[in-house]
Amino acid sequence: MGYTLNFNLIWRHFDKLWGGLLLSLELAVISIAIGIVIGLVLAVWYVSAGRVVRAIIAAYVEFIRNVPLILLVYLVFYGVPTVIDLAYSAPTSFVVTLSVYSGAYLVEVFRSGLEAVPRGQLDAGKAIGLTPWQRLIHVRLPTMMRITLPALSNTFISLFKDTSIASVISVPELTYGAQWINFNTFRIVEVYLVTTAMYLVTGYALLFALRLVERRFRAAR
Amino acid sequence: MATSSTPALLDIAEVSKSFGQVAVLRSVSLQVAKGEVVTIIGPSGSGKTTLLRCVNFLESYDGGSIRIDGKEVGYRDAGTRQRRSERDLAAMRAETGMVFQSFNLFPHLTAAGNIMLGLTKVRGKSSAEARAIAEHWLGRVGLAHKADSLPAELSGGQQQRVGIARAVAMEPKILLLDEITSALDPELVGEVLAVVRSLAEDGMTMVMVTHEMAFARDASTRIVFMADGGVSAVGPPKEVLAAETTNERLRTFLARFRASHF
Repeated sequence: MGYTLNFNLIWRHFDKLWGGLLLSLELAVISIAIGIVIGLVLAVWYVSAGRVVRAIIAAYVEFIRNVPLILLVYLVFYGVPTVIDLAYSAPTSFVVTLSVYSGAYLVEVFRSGLEAVPRGQLDAGKAIGLTPWQRLIHVRLPTMMRITLPALSNTFISLFKDTSIASVISVPELTYGAQWINFNTFRIVEVYLVTTAMYLVTGYALLFALRLVERRFRAAR
Repeated sequence: MATSSTPALLDIAEVSKSFGQVAVLRSVSLQVAKGEVVTIIGPSGSGKTTLLRCVNFLESYDGGSIRIDGKEVGYRDAGTRQRRSERDLAAMRAETGMVFQSFNLFPHLTAAGNIMLGLTKVRGKSSAEARAIAEHWLGRVGLAHKADSLPAELSGGQQQRVGIARAVAMEPKILLLDEITSALDPELVGEVLAVVRSLAEDGMTMVMVTHEMAFARDASTRIVFMADGGVSAVGPPKEVLAAETTNERLRTFLARFRASHF
């Protein structure tokens, strides 16, 4: 028990953690934004498509859901540039990976949301003469969004935590910052205590904010 | 009813439809003239609601034809059985209004917003125009003060009145009412029926499915009795609802109805 906690070195390098946290948030926000687009497009396509398209979309979802994220990160960062002549930075590579990853989860979220929109609402949309596209935009999607908002928040929180995996390809996000401080100061306990606290506090703050948004929408139901 | 002298606004001719093996409509024919209020009654499973839903093509039909103002509904010209494009269908549906048993208001839009959606997106009106029309109709159904309320903040009767306002604001040629009071608490039925009655007085052409016999008797120009997917009796309310009818099925239906409702 000869270890005494000393946080001085952590505070000295705190900019690594703070900068890392901001980058983590940025990675999560960009990825979920792209993931939402992928998820929405594929979910809308899925519910109106034939068997072949459905099978392809289902294959994508199953592939992503059954392969560990860290492998996908390696695959995209090391694998793809080896096969095709394409250069991109580690953060870009990670955003691409995380977007495709979250997209697969969100297809499922949005698909079940679309199918949960009561049939009567769609009938009402038809009855006033809305075209299929107008029914999608003005009737189906707004109701679907309300239904899927909690699942969307949960996905976002999990993506925020998943950004820590970017450290394996040296993206300077929060976990990478923690590793850097650890290697340079050897204050392993302190740095991971602080880092854990930062993930926790940020995660809770995000959850709290998102629940507020959900409550507003639920009141409007 | 001298319906033969005026061309029918709605002409349903020998329409049939099956769900798999089950025939739900068997060669149903019915003409409705402009300004008429036709009520369809009958036991559950007799095809009333299905027939109504065929008129605005929420359901497709297998044989026969349905015409509104001479124009074939759902299919390109009778006989071809070629389904119209979605754009065509949407345009045709805008000519009929429908009010549903379960209201089916859009939950994310206010009362006014529900009415304005079709006006702006289908009729191409500006929001200001649409808002004015919405307010006019909300006033007509006694809900001027609820324009900015969401459906969840309204009672069932109020929601249904918004549902009616949403349908009539589109100025449809014909209004279809599908058991619009069946989901309401008894004390809320009256306020909804009062609105329907005032529309009838305005000359709105209506086809309604209902279990409100007293209302059907008082407000209809004709009553259609459906049984087993076919029209079993049709005529003025007094004739159809007469206790001494010779139609066996109708007599059984009315007797059962009287036993359970009075």
